[in-house]
Amino acid sequence: MKSIFDLSLRYKLPLWGAFLISITVLMVTGSLIMGSYQDIQEDLKVSSSNLARKLAGSLYMPLMEDDIWYVYAMINAQLDDTNIKKLLLPKALLILDNDLRVVVSTSPKTIPMFTEVSRLTPEYGVWVKRIADSQNENVPTFDMQDEKNLYFAAPIIKDGYRLGTLIVVNSKDVLWPNFHHVAQQGGLMGLLVLVILLPITWYWGQRLSRPLVLITERMKMLDSSDPRDLDMDLYSYHDEVGQLFETYRRMLTEQETKKVLEAQIVHSERLAAVGHMAAGVAHEINNPLGGMLTALDTLKSHGEVDPRTAKTIYLVERGLLQIKETVGALLVEARARSRDLEPQDFEDIRSLVLPQAQKKELRLDWRSSIAQSVPLQANQVRQILINLLLNAIQAANQKGLVACSIEVNAAVLHMVVENDGKQLTPEQISHLFEPFSPLSENGHGLGLWVTYQIVQQIGGRILLERNNEHVSFSVTIPFSESTSA
Amino acid sequence: MLLCVGMLLVAVPVWAEQRNSTIRIGLPNSLFSGQHVLVSEWGQYFQNKLHRPVKIVTLRMSKDAFVEQHMGRMDFAWIRDYPDTQIRSRIHLLAIPLYKGQPYFNSYLIVPATDTGTTSLLQLETAVFVFADPSANGSYLETRYELLMAGKNPAHFFRKIFFTHSEREVIEAVALQLANAGSVDGSVWDSLAKARPDLTGQTRIIAKSHKYSAPPLVASNSVSKEDYKAMQDALIGMAQDPKGVELLKRLNLDGFIPGDVKMYEQVVKMKQALGE
Repeated sequence: MKSIFDLSLRYKLPLWGAFLISITVLMVTGSLIMGSYQDIQEDLKVSSSNLARKLAGSLYMPLMEDDIWYVYAMINAQLDDTNIKKLLLPKALLILDNDLRVVVSTSPKTIPMFTEVSRLTPEYGVWVKRIADSQNENVPTFDMQDEKNLYFAAPIIKDGYRLGTLIVVNSKDVLWPNFHHVAQQGGLMGLLVLVILLPITWYWGQRLSRPLVLITERMKMLDSSDPRDLDMDLYSYHDEVGQLFETYRRMLTEQETKKVLEAQIVHSERLAAVGHMAAGVAHEINNPLGGMLTALDTLKSHGEVDPRTAKTIYLVERGLLQIKETVGALLVEARARSRDLEPQDFEDIRSLVLPQAQKKELRLDWRSSIAQSVPLQANQVRQILINLLLNAIQAANQKGLVACSIEVNAAVLHMVVENDGKQLTPEQISHLFEPFSPLSENGHGLGLWVTYQIVQQIGGRILLERNNEHVSFSVTIPFSESTSA
Repeated sequence: MLLCVGMLLVAVPVWAEQRNSTIRIGLPNSLFSGQHVLVSEWGQYFQNKLHRPVKIVTLRMSKDAFVEQHMGRMDFAWIRDYPDTQIRSRIHLLAIPLYKGQPYFNSYLIVPATDTGTTSLLQLETAVFVFADPSANGSYLETRYELLMAGKNPAHFFRKIFFTHSEREVIEAVALQLANAGSVDGSVWDSLAKARPDLTGQTRIIAKSHKYSAPPLVASNSVSKEDYKAMQDALIGMAQDPKGVELLKRLNLDGFIPGDVKMYEQVVKMKQALGE
């Protein structure tokens, strides 16, 4: 039994619906059939009671005259009344005298004259009492029944003198075929209703359960690596199921956001660790490097060196300077506060990168809404923007587009640089902002790394966004005195 | 043919003498019930023979009471019972039917075919018994007389007696087993055995009575001698006339004879013996 309740809603709902409809149809059909059966019984009662009453009245005189044959003819004629529905025709009529013996019956073979009432029915005790009661009650008709028959009786009485009792016998057997007929018709109608309603119920159940089943399956997949979105067209209403759909979508969105956030955090922490290490290594290299360069300078100024040595010193010095340059690039440090950022700084930057853009015949879409100075260190912002613009120009297609938009909103500087170059692969994105980036086709791959480090140090955020086929870097830097330190 | 109930005719007003007035004939219902076509054809037969309009009435009432009540209404009548002396003066014997060539009828004692044990009248004590009608000089009188002769009290021998007012229905009542036994005119049973063997087959004859004088046709005293003669001739002449023979056959009779009142003396004796 429990396993039935454990069935999928896909089956349980249609099954329940079918079950309830079947029960309903059964009950309605059953009550109609019972009603019809009771109607027949009522008709029978009215018809036979009337017959008994009327006949009893006209039987008085012939009975008084003891004209048995005439009485027999009168009651026998009632068995063949074509004006009465066959169903309502009595099975037999009989007349009892006051001693409850048969005076005459329509079935003299089975109920001959003088038959005692005790031979007529197993319930004769009830009969005796009922007929005796009728003498006191002064009722025109009364009825009795036993297992097989219904009896409708009327006293044959005139001016208070009672000759006997007329009894009209109706067989219950006649009712059953009729009941059977009605039941058959009712059953057929019920069946027809079922044939129409069951598929509808089945469809309805399926339809109702489908979104629930679907959402259950999706919920199960929620923890998996690839939760799938739900097509809202599957269920476009706003009832509880619709709300369930909406909640699911919200959960899904939140989960995705959370995942992205977690990935960002992991990414940031990795970058931070790499940054620390790089800075540490750079410092460790920088100190002896400074000493070595100073020693070389001293040697060049004070020593008499032969040309061969001088050439060697020159080669060593160049190598050391290259190391210094590379280490310097790794060692991004906020410098002391220089000055606030002015609108002119952006114009400078534009002028600076314009030649590069023209070289690739790019369209440089420049939108800046900065009209007054911004409380951020000019050199840092300039370095960030130049790095991003140079990267964008490099990544953009030949004769392509580079767009730059700059605005200040609610004490935050927003800068967006985008290009129409090819999209980054997930692999590339996962290593974005790392030093010696494989993204860099020419250069040492430290541009984005440096940019990222600067943005981090001044409390800003840098994000890669993909929109409209374009690769877009968005930088937000809040105004804050503390970050400039 | 059948026999029946008594009826009678009676003295008639003056206009009855008129040659063109309607002749009225009464027939007992107990003999002719359900045979309206035959009755109508017989009436037409008389009309053709007498050259007078003839009106035939079948009447259910019987016995002398009929004669009393209907005198003056009928010219001729076929009665079941030759009347008592008091009213005999109002009528004349007209004709007596011949059954199997003789002016005598007899009756059959019948029981339901399912009753295979009963073989005589005396075994029917406390039975429900059916007769056609109480006026018959035939079965009712015969049966009671036989009981009397056997030393029984006819008034209390049977548990119950009832009348059907039709010989044919006596057979039906016994076939239905509404009665345990009945007494029916032999000619009626014989003719019905040909027409409705299914009905007579449900009964069994256990005894046949003695012959008794056939029920007579009588004329009212008011009928003129000419009319009396014409009617008597018409009846007696039936056996010589093709249409008459056909009707007689259907009536299950051989013909009519003038008869003699003395034939009914036995009836009177029997009635006297029964104290009637």
